[in-house]
Amino acid sequence: MAKVLVVTSGKGGVGKTTSTAALGAALAQAGQKVAVVDFDVGLRNLDLVLGAERRVVFDLINVVQGVAKLSQALIRDKRLETLWLLPASQTRDKDALTEVGVAGVIKEMRSKFDWVICDSPAGIERGATLAMRFADAAVVVTNPEVSSVRDSDRIIGLLDSKTEKAERGEHVERHILITRYDAQRAQRGEMLNINDVLEILSTPLLGIIPESKEVLRASNIGSPVTLCNATSAPARAYLSAARRLNGDIVPMNIPTEHQRLFGRLFGRRAA
Amino acid sequence: MTDAIAARPQEAMRLRARSFMAFVLTPVLPISHWFAQLDKWSSNSPDFFRGRPIIIDLAGSPLQVSEISQLITQLAARGIRVMALEGAEANQLDPLLPPLVQGGRTSVADQMFAGDGGANAGPRRKEPSSLLIESPIRSGQSVVFPDGDVTVLGSVSSGAEIVAGGSIHVYGALRGRAMAGSTGNTCARIFCNSNEAELLSIDGYYRTAEQIDASLRSRPTHCWLEDRVISIAALN
Repeated sequence: MAKVLVVTSGKGGVGKTTSTAALGAALAQAGQKVAVVDFDVGLRNLDLVLGAERRVVFDLINVVQGVAKLSQALIRDKRLETLWLLPASQTRDKDALTEVGVAGVIKEMRSKFDWVICDSPAGIERGATLAMRFADAAVVVTNPEVSSVRDSDRIIGLLDSKTEKAERGEHVERHILITRYDAQRAQRGEMLNINDVLEILSTPLLGIIPESKEVLRASNIGSPVTLCNATSAPARAYLSAARRLNGDIVPMNIPTEHQRLFGRLFGRRAA
Repeated sequence: MTDAIAARPQEAMRLRARSFMAFVLTPVLPISHWFAQLDKWSSNSPDFFRGRPIIIDLAGSPLQVSEISQLITQLAARGIRVMALEGAEANQLDPLLPPLVQGGRTSVADQMFAGDGGANAGPRRKEPSSLLIESPIRSGQSVVFPDGDVTVLGSVSSGAEIVAGGSIHVYGALRGRAMAGSTGNTCARIFCNSNEAELLSIDGYYRTAEQIDASLRSRPTHCWLEDRVISIAALN
């Protein structure tokens, strides 16, 4: 039986889709059978980030409405044979999603995969609430800045009230993933520090992804950062986060200016 | 010798309106079945209706005049005195029947009929109540508790709010809005372990974050109402 994981944040542009792709790929790299589902109907991006945009035939809406079978809509990754994508529809909007339809798709996927990772759209409306509706666990993607933290807090509140598990009186397991962490700016006090974020959200930390050009480059070439440059700092952070999701205990590495400086010197020498 | 009686000054007739609480019984057809239920219920608390003003609500059961008077007689035999009728058409009533009343408002006394046992019978004093919340209150969440105090063990996030009829106690950081004494209680207070509030209000008088002295921020504080002004002081 799969674990259904929602990657969510409330605020847009914090790195939900990038993190979905990177965590999905990292889990698949570890040999798990993973499906990533794009819930951002009308504004789909996950297909681009995974480099599968030219192979989309059917999508989530088709499956929800019974027009296509799940097996017809799932796209297998060309590099990782245990990674699958269920794309969103670009021509429809979120109203095309129904709770019954989504429940049926998720139920079918549970029996076929180890992980079903739902990439939530921004906001707290229909798309976002249906993406989290059937989740067993949640990764709340947060940037170390006040607006993002407050939106994450709002989303955690919704995880506690609007999910099927919460309504049954159970607890949705949740994790904070801090992305776009800039050690230099944090040191100058231009960003919230990690402890403040965790104190406000009172939720365990899954990982800290440093701000890096590698992430943008990976998105542009349509390859998850854990695949295209597995030794880069963000890739290592995502790989560790994926191991923690799997239950491994991996020491947390807070990126520091010292390390960056060291890395730069080292990099120069190597070059 | 004649007794002289001073003529009393002419007094105008005074009509005054007052409202009282009455119990409303709603007969359900068939009446015989309803009486059986009523008897079963009142066997648990025999004296419940003694001396209480009772109104019969006929809205759900269209009865003829004769049936209504029969109903009233049967109730009287059980010691239930009907003072008025509700929910019937005025023109279908007989002048001998109790008067028709309108515009009744539901009040809590109805709850006494919800239970089945005699244990509930008779008016009770309202229990003092308070609300304890053990989890943090997240942005966008709103806790409304007009019946008493609210105690939060965790923090109250920015964008969250607590509205309490009584006082508010936050053992974590208060970063959202706290509105105490919302039902007009000027004695309500707000206590928090770290004051980072967006707004503090007691009985409608408020202070926003901007109006709170910077020296009081991020400290354990206490907030009360003094001459319609919110006062805030550090605890200890």
